[in-house]
Amino acid sequence: MNSLRHAPDARGRFGEFGGRYVAETLMPLILELEAAYEAAKTDPEFQSELAYYLKHYVGRPSALWYAERLSKELGGAKIYFKREELNHTGAHKINNCIGQILLAKRMGKTRIIAETGAGQHGVATATVCALFGLPCTIYMGAVDVERQKPNVFRMKLLGAEVVPVSSGSATLKDAMNDAMRDWVANVRDTFYLIGTVAGPHPYPAMVRDFQCIIGEEARAQLMEAEGKLPDVAIACVGGGSNAMGLFHPFLDEPSVKLIGVEAAGHGLDTEQHAASLNRGRPGVLHGNRTYLLQDADGQIIEAHSISAGLDYPGIGPEHAWLHDIGRVEYVGVTDDEALAAFQLCSRAEGIIPALETSHAIAHIMKIAGKMGKDQIILLNMSGRGDKDIFSVAKYLGAEL
Amino acid sequence: MSRIAGVFAKLRASGQAALIPFVEAYDPDRATSLALLDGMAANGADIIEIGMPFTDPMADGPTIQTAGRRGLLAGATLHGVLGLVEEFRRANNHTPIVLMGYLNPILSYGVEKFCADAAMVGVDGLIVVDLPAEEADLLLPDAGKNKLDVIRLVAPTTSNERLPLVLEGSSGFVYYVSITGITGTRTATAADLARDIPRIRAATDLPIAVGFGVRTPEQAAVVAQHADAAIVASALIETLCRENVAAVLRDVKALSDGIRNARKAAA
Repeated sequence: MNSLRHAPDARGRFGEFGGRYVAETLMPLILELEAAYEAAKTDPEFQSELAYYLKHYVGRPSALWYAERLSKELGGAKIYFKREELNHTGAHKINNCIGQILLAKRMGKTRIIAETGAGQHGVATATVCALFGLPCTIYMGAVDVERQKPNVFRMKLLGAEVVPVSSGSATLKDAMNDAMRDWVANVRDTFYLIGTVAGPHPYPAMVRDFQCIIGEEARAQLMEAEGKLPDVAIACVGGGSNAMGLFHPFLDEPSVKLIGVEAAGHGLDTEQHAASLNRGRPGVLHGNRTYLLQDADGQIIEAHSISAGLDYPGIGPEHAWLHDIGRVEYVGVTDDEALAAFQLCSRAEGIIPALETSHAIAHIMKIAGKMGKDQIILLNMSGRGDKDIFSVAKYLGAEL
Repeated sequence: MSRIAGVFAKLRASGQAALIPFVEAYDPDRATSLALLDGMAANGADIIEIGMPFTDPMADGPTIQTAGRRGLLAGATLHGVLGLVEEFRRANNHTPIVLMGYLNPILSYGVEKFCADAAMVGVDGLIVVDLPAEEADLLLPDAGKNKLDVIRLVAPTTSNERLPLVLEGSSGFVYYVSITGITGTRTATAADLARDIPRIRAATDLPIAVGFGVRTPEQAAVVAQHADAAIVASALIETLCRENVAAVLRDVKALSDGIRNARKAAA
């Protein structure tokens, strides 16, 4: 069978995307990481250790929730939430962090670095570093440090050093630049724990593998609840890790329509968005070839989104490939639409979603009503929105 | 013989090492870059490396990052950088020019067209920081067709087993990144170089240039005793920021003297 689940190839490529575009200093480390990951993947001891932490520390499996009131309100398809926001630390990010820190330990690395946008990956990384007693440095854009204060404080409580990055646009891409600069200067002892399905091979495949538990669980849970697969599986995409985790187990099921929701910021036809697939073109950044927001000269353009977690001018290379071959549909949702969805979900379901996830909910608001009552939408509720209440309050003009 | 090979052959015959100073294009404007190129060639630069500004220079330290940002603000593009070389070549047909940059602007320009245009205006070699051996097939055919040297980076992390792969298809010279880290931060010691250079020598006949962290005439002299060229970047950019073009040329002259005297002193 011609499966879509066998990418990447030996060069780390998904079609023409992916690869390993890093300076020579890092190349031997990336090859070492790839070998270590390949060995761990088939090692029953590693897998059972991973399963142990996911169950007893993260709290997996996460629930599958039938969002009945939201479904009724939108008047069409049955909407299910895969409740990744119920994981320890409040988002899907920890699935990957547990996997990578176990790998770091196995490789004998004694120091962890990471980049973070919204702070969810930073919190998850700081958490697993506390759990395993490893020193941890988190790079975070200075703009994001400002708009995600609760998460910055959380990381510090967990014992991490948070380094505000003020170069460039002072957001996620710049944090990733500085994390790579740190790595290149500390190659012997440091493990770079990348939070999304981007970066040089093997990161996109490895992070996806650690996140696939989302789709695998949801698939089994939905079969149990409804006896069938979803008609639509939907998730927001910044770098794209929660979406890859949800989509991958469904890639070979043609009846399941897959939708990735990009941040359209002030609108796809403005200059203020983060829609690299809808408005970017292929290029190379952060070690991989993918769709990028860039100008005519190949300079990277700063992204914009109300949501710090989606504020990135690139996207994971597997998404770039799935976009090109048409297996996944990628749409845009604006800041305003996401804010409306944030409020609707809070009131209808008693679940305050992350602003990132709110983008996917906003697209559900557009399509659910046009679908039949026997049809099913599966949403990855990738994170909880407590971290966003300050910035949402500001947008809504409320005083806290 | 290419311009780069010619320079090294001549220096080797006289027992000298080369000085390769660096200019970030358009920092802070085009006229300054042109004045630096002309002046460096007249003050002891054997080869000149020109940085092509990029928004996300991942291997560079704060000094070159901010220089790149100033260059972009001044309107640097790859077209502009090639135009700069074209103008420099009107008065200078002997000093080799090596362009150093990141892959994305080159991809955006088009690899084939970039190599052809670069060769046409008189560029001699290319260093693409984020293009390791594993991905180099992207550039090698077009560079080769246009007789551009592809200068490869070798790092302290590059094992002896890996060296043949890294050096495959490389020409001009080998750029030894002498520290694990970003540009303009730490400096390799004489002992480091005495340990590292011979293992690269054993893998290639190409000249070896040492960069990342070479700042003073004394450090350049140490490099000259072990390798074939010293590359100096961040220290010159800092001088330009603090003072002016004349001060940079003064430093280039001092670095050049340091390198010339090093071999004499050792001999």
